[in-house]
Amino acid sequence: MSIDETALISFSPLHRMQWEDTQSKFVILYPEGVVELNTTAAEILKRCDGSRTFQQLVKDLEAAFDTRGIEDDVRELLEAALKNGWIRLTTPHHEPALATC
Amino acid sequence: MAGYDSPPPITSPRWLLAELTYKCPLQCPYCSNPLDYAKYRDELDTASWLRVLSEARALGALQLGFSGGEPLVRPDLEVLVAHARKLGYYTNLITSAYGLDEARIMALREAGLDHIQISIQSPEQALNDYIAGARTFEKKQEMARLVKAHGYPMVLCVVIHRHNIHQMQAILEMAEALGADYLELANTQYYGWALVNRDALMPSREQFEEAEAIANAFRDRPGQRMKIYYVVPDYYEDRPKACMNGWGTTFLTIAPDGTALPCHAARELPGLDCPNVATSSIRDIWYESPAFQFFRGDAWMPEPCRSCDEKNRDFGGCRCQAWKLTGDARNTDPVCSKSPHHQVIGEAIRSAARPESASQPLVFRNTKNSQLLTDTNRHAQDA
Repeated sequence: MSIDETALISFSPLHRMQWEDTQSKFVILYPEGVVELNTTAAEILKRCDGSRTFQQLVKDLEAAFDTRGIEDDVRELLEAALKNGWIRLTTPHHEPALATC
Repeated sequence: MAGYDSPPPITSPRWLLAELTYKCPLQCPYCSNPLDYAKYRDELDTASWLRVLSEARALGALQLGFSGGEPLVRPDLEVLVAHARKLGYYTNLITSAYGLDEARIMALREAGLDHIQISIQSPEQALNDYIAGARTFEKKQEMARLVKAHGYPMVLCVVIHRHNIHQMQAILEMAEALGADYLELANTQYYGWALVNRDALMPSREQFEEAEAIANAFRDRPGQRMKIYYVVPDYYEDRPKACMNGWGTTFLTIAPDGTALPCHAARELPGLDCPNVATSSIRDIWYESPAFQFFRGDAWMPEPCRSCDEKNRDFGGCRCQAWKLTGDARNTDPVCSKSPHHQVIGEAIRSAARPESASQPLVFRNTKNSQLLTDTNRHAQDA
């Protein structure tokens, strides 16, 4: 699944992401399941709050970690996240013209 | 030949199954509650459950299932959910939907409930109501729609057996039409009530293969959104299931009376002497009690498990199945083709395939039958 670059990326309302003290990790929770996240994945997914497009998210990460050239890695993770249903894409809505009959 | 490994470090519990009550308005003949459930009348009070939830969470438990019986029977469910959510659990309600209404769906949402799993016995009303032993079909459909309307993720659970396996396509279509996010196709596991009804419930290998092919084709459609969990029919497998992800590694069940179990069927195992939360802390139960230590690691394993290079994958299979089908809980799960008792599985399959098995009356899960079966067992032991 590919990431539409015009879309805003938000975390799925059907999943929950939280910090687990006992494991010192972020986890994603869903019905009867748990996924443990590494630090990189957690930093990316934390920013999926519905306020950023793909490019904005990449820029934000590059600024936060003073780095460059992470676009492909971020894309790969978000594609997997989309496939797993952890994130959602909201395309700015264009009302289709109503057909007259 | 693989030798004994040193005892593994004890991992923290991740899954807490809170069986709040054995009371249930349904009578499903494959219920996982113990046959003698009717003799356990005591239930933990609210304060005890709150303590159990806190203690297990402090050890690292993360997924929490409210189950039963029918957990909606407990009027304090909302209080328990609110406490659990505040502690950071992911809270799952595992219900028949009987006793649910929109006000309660909203109250539970308000309390922080994360997910509702509804069982449906069949996409056909008559069969659903027959298997459930109660008129529940319309109620379940209505509640499933409301659960989705209120924004919950929803799992539909359909236990698969001889009477509904031919409805696989209709089951898949029903789940999709109800907006299920996940469909659990749970092939019947033969413990407790299901074991009593095994001849009447077990489909043939051909039926399984046909149903599985239908489910796979549905899952592989382009754009398919609903996720399908498939619980394998282990009698038709070559290797046993990795039961409970290994004894005392991940799962902790607390029965309605406070008995702590390494798996929800373990109550039946002889000599296990399971601890109770009334007299032990969850920490002591998990890390210190002989019952939870009993089948940890591999030091308990006889052959052929002991020298098997797959023992760290399936842990020798299920202890309850070994006990029920071979008479010794230490034995290799007889589902394994390496088990010297493997022939009992073939015998069970042949027994279920007899023409008269299909029309054998089901023994429904209710208090009368529980008392009757418990008396029969006692008389058998006295004789």
